[in-house]
Parts: sequence; C-alpha cells; structure tokens
Amino acid sequence: MHFRYKIEGGDFTNAGSTASAVKKVLKQLNIDPVIIKRTVVGIYEAEVNIVAHAYNGVIDVDIDENRIFARFEDAGPGIPDITKAMEEGYSTASEIVREMGFGAGMGLSNIKNNSDKLEIISQVGKGTTVEITNYFNSK
Amino acid sequence: MNLKDISEAIQGDILYTSKDLMKDYSYAFASDLMSDVLTVKQSNMLLITGLINVQAIRTAEMSDIRCIIFVRNKKVSEGMIALAQETGISLIHSSFTMFKTCGLLFTAGLKPVY
Repeated sequence: MHFRYKIEGGDFTNAGSTASAVKKVLKQLNIDPVIIKRTVVGIYEAEVNIVAHAYNGVIDVDIDENRIFARFEDAGPGIPDITKAMEEGYSTASEIVREMGFGAGMGLSNIKNNSDKLEIISQVGKGTTVEITNYFNSK
Repeated sequence: MNLKDISEAIQGDILYTSKDLMKDYSYAFASDLMSDVLTVKQSNMLLITGLINVQAIRTAEMSDIRCIIFVRNKKVSEGMIALAQETGISLIHSSFTMFKTCGLLFTAGLKPVY
C-alpha cells in the first residue's frame, strides 16, 4: 500500500500528523510495537525536519509484507555538509523551532538510530531527500 | 503508581484521563527537549515537561507515552487536550516547578529510565 502526504514548512500545528497516520496503519497490520515505535520516531523526526527547515515537501510511504519505506522530499535550503549535520548537537534550527522542543541537533542521528537503512541526498539551494527503510522482521 | 496517586503527590489536576486512572506507572522522564524524549526506549513511562504545545502530545504519541505532566503552572490549550483525547494520552497539570515535581515523584517511588 502507498500513501502520500504534503507538508508545509513552518506548519508546526500539523507536524506529526503523517507519523500519526502511519502509526495507525502499522498497528492495524499487527506489526511488532518495538518496530512501530522506532519507525514512527524516525518518520516524525524527518517530518519535523521538513516543517522546521524546508519551504514544503512530500512524504511517500510504501508498505509491503516485509518492510516500510518512507521518502521525504523537500524544496528547501538543502544541507551543505551532511556528515556534520549527522553529528549530535549540530543544528541550524531557528529560535521558533527550538521553542517547539526541537532543533537541538538530535534529529538526523535519531532518524539514523531508528532506521535499518537511511539515505540522504541534498542539493544546496534546492532541497533534501531522506529515505528510510525499516524491515518488519529485523532485530 | 497510578495516575490518581501521581496527581495527588504533586497536588496536580488531571485534565484528561484515557480510562487508565488505575494503570500503574513505574518510570518517568523529564525534559523540555522532545528529541531527547524520542531517544528513550523505555515503555510504561510518563513524561514530565514544561513544553506547552501540541508537539509534546505528538512526541508522547510516537514514544508510546500514555501520560504527560505539564509543570510550572502553564496553561494547556484546548487544542492540546483535543489531541490528547484523540491519541489516548492522559494529561496532568502541576503548578510546581519541574525540579519539585521530579523530586516529589522520585520520593514517591517513580524510577528514572537510566
């Protein structure tokens, strides 16, 4: 099954609605709660990243019997140095983002720690694509 | 500790309970930083926070946290309560500081996650 969600930059009121929708689907599919939690934590962080840093974005979620794949494609400033952005504590977030409880430089490392597979491709001045894959039978 | 005991220990007000007034909690985690909360793998814990916005509720939802205690006497919005009802997360309001709330609940028997 496939789902598509549109995300607006700066829309903190609705940030997390995609992760919430995915969580409901995975629960209905009786996926292991531990795998559901790590999957939705990663999706939520990636969703918040679009809201916090990009102008807008699209999230595509594809679920089959073996895995969930989520692609986060945004139009935004891009990430000049992905390795540095992955470091815990490194952040370029605005004061507004920090007031929302995020922007402490934990997001990308949190996504990495909660993914079986993570790909990040970014072009400065254009945008960023993040791809997360989690397998349902992973340990 | 169940929600009733927890609320009494901090002289709190239960703003919403999702039918789990008697459910027992063993662990608590306190933070205003939601990314920190999202790193915690512990289940059966409650969140103590001074962050008053819908992202606190969303973070709890993703982290399988069933109860949030809002400290420092901050006003919880109708939108937050509505989202808590939708996601089945109980809410307690406390006028105490985070430090005092944590101290009282620690003394009462709630454990840290690490």
